[in-house]
Amino acid sequence: MTDFLVGYGIPLAIIVAQSLALIVALLLVTAYVLLADRKIWAAVQLRRGPNVVGAFGLLQSFADLLKFVFKEIVIPAGANKGIFLLAPLVTVTLALSGWAVIPLDARMVIADINVGILYIFAISSLGVYGVIMAGWASNSKYPFLSALRAAAQMVSYEVSIGFVIVCVLMTAGSLNLSAIVEAQRTVWYFIPHLPMFVIFFISALAETNRPPFDLAEAESELVAGFMVEYSSTAYMMFMLGEYVSILLMCAMTTILFLGGWLPPIDIAPFNMVPGVIWFLLKVFLVFFMFAMVKAFVPRYRYDQLMRLGWKVFLPISLFWVVLTAGVLVGFDIVPQH
Amino acid sequence: MIGTAIAFYLFAAITVAAGFMVISARNPVHSVLFLILAFFNAAALFVLLGAEFLALILVIVYVGAVAVLFLFVVMMLDVDFLELREGFLQYLPVGALVGIILLIELLLVLGSWVIAPEAAGVAASPTPAITAVDNTRALGQVVYTQYVYLFQAAGLILLVAMIGAIVLTLRHKPNVKRQVIAHQVARTRETGVELKKVEPGQGL
Repeated sequence: MTDFLVGYGIPLAIIVAQSLALIVALLLVTAYVLLADRKIWAAVQLRRGPNVVGAFGLLQSFADLLKFVFKEIVIPAGANKGIFLLAPLVTVTLALSGWAVIPLDARMVIADINVGILYIFAISSLGVYGVIMAGWASNSKYPFLSALRAAAQMVSYEVSIGFVIVCVLMTAGSLNLSAIVEAQRTVWYFIPHLPMFVIFFISALAETNRPPFDLAEAESELVAGFMVEYSSTAYMMFMLGEYVSILLMCAMTTILFLGGWLPPIDIAPFNMVPGVIWFLLKVFLVFFMFAMVKAFVPRYRYDQLMRLGWKVFLPISLFWVVLTAGVLVGFDIVPQH
Repeated sequence: MIGTAIAFYLFAAITVAAGFMVISARNPVHSVLFLILAFFNAAALFVLLGAEFLALILVIVYVGAVAVLFLFVVMMLDVDFLELREGFLQYLPVGALVGIILLIELLLVLGSWVIAPEAAGVAASPTPAITAVDNTRALGQVVYTQYVYLFQAAGLILLVAMIGAIVLTLRHKPNVKRQVIAHQVARTRETGVELKKVEPGQGL
């Protein structure tokens, strides 16, 4: 019995403690990222944004949290109750669990698994279930239409994301996220894979239902999409899951194309800064781009969205996979491990 | 090892229970969701075996794509499932007969199953030990070198199936306006704008 406790109890306790620390940090970052999103959006439109709660509105997200938690949960009479309540849980759980394999610094990762990138891909492709389940269980027209749109959209853009990931992992020669970052010591991959960087960024916007691809919750057409029937904590969980998965996509962009925790130049003042700082700076830079896109790009029409995914991104990324493989074999620079 | 055993029995029990619920749930959407639960736990069993690549491919392909389409179709079906259930007892004898015949055939095949003596050697040869090479690489070596023609043939069959499905369902309606992006982009000032001199009180 003591063997069992020593063999499993202590590692389990360490993993739980690490996960809790990561989740708490992540939720704090999410609270301020949400505020930053609103502030950037406001600044583009020459407004002030939230500025009442706390200095410069710094405590706005926490005020919102309290407001959501203390409101009443309304479950529609015709809703399928179990699935209705399961949907926001699925969204949040999936978004948070993706962070288990993200390396914040060299060896600073909870689960350093061999197939980290596939894990992230799997988790982000499951995100669609939260939306579909919410849309169907609400038993209402707008959420259902929204769920159908979201399902088609996310499945379409996953294909091009998959090909972009294939390009990067062929160049890095590994599916392990830490190894992919280490492989970028010579050059960050956004330089050789610039078209893929652009495609990945746009597909990430579509995959997380961010504007200009927020057709699943287009308020001018579908009220609020799949979230119409949700209120209070359940609604907050959707928002939380959405922002955590946006951060996850920013982190993925950083790891795949912007060199993860590596400093921009490997010389004295830069490489003395801890890797976590570089990682966070890059994540926030990518998030700033997400926020700016939200502020000034008009929403796509649904057929334009589908055309972009299937007729533009898919052929280009497929061609780039062939090109990458050809260059790697032709110049005999296939990574050997 | 006891931790692995506990995990195995947990995942296996959930897989079997979810599989049972797939066929016994009243609501078809619940059936699909239980199917997803079963896929998930099957993936967890793969992880316990050390086959993490297969586990994640199972999740990506079956849960991330195939089950989404199932759910999509089932949600849109407007079928009264209570009505379907009414004839259940009437068809039970025929269904049971087919089931029993299949079961007997399976038992006969399994009963006469003999493993060829050279099979063990074939199974062991292509993949090196799991500690020597990670299983993504091991699978790649087997699929893209030894079985590359079979792999390509499988791909071609899927391609033919896909083209067939598109050909069967594609309809070109004659009187539908379509957006052609190239035409829009190719418009110039000369083709797009027409200036007219309008006399007062005349109109065009």
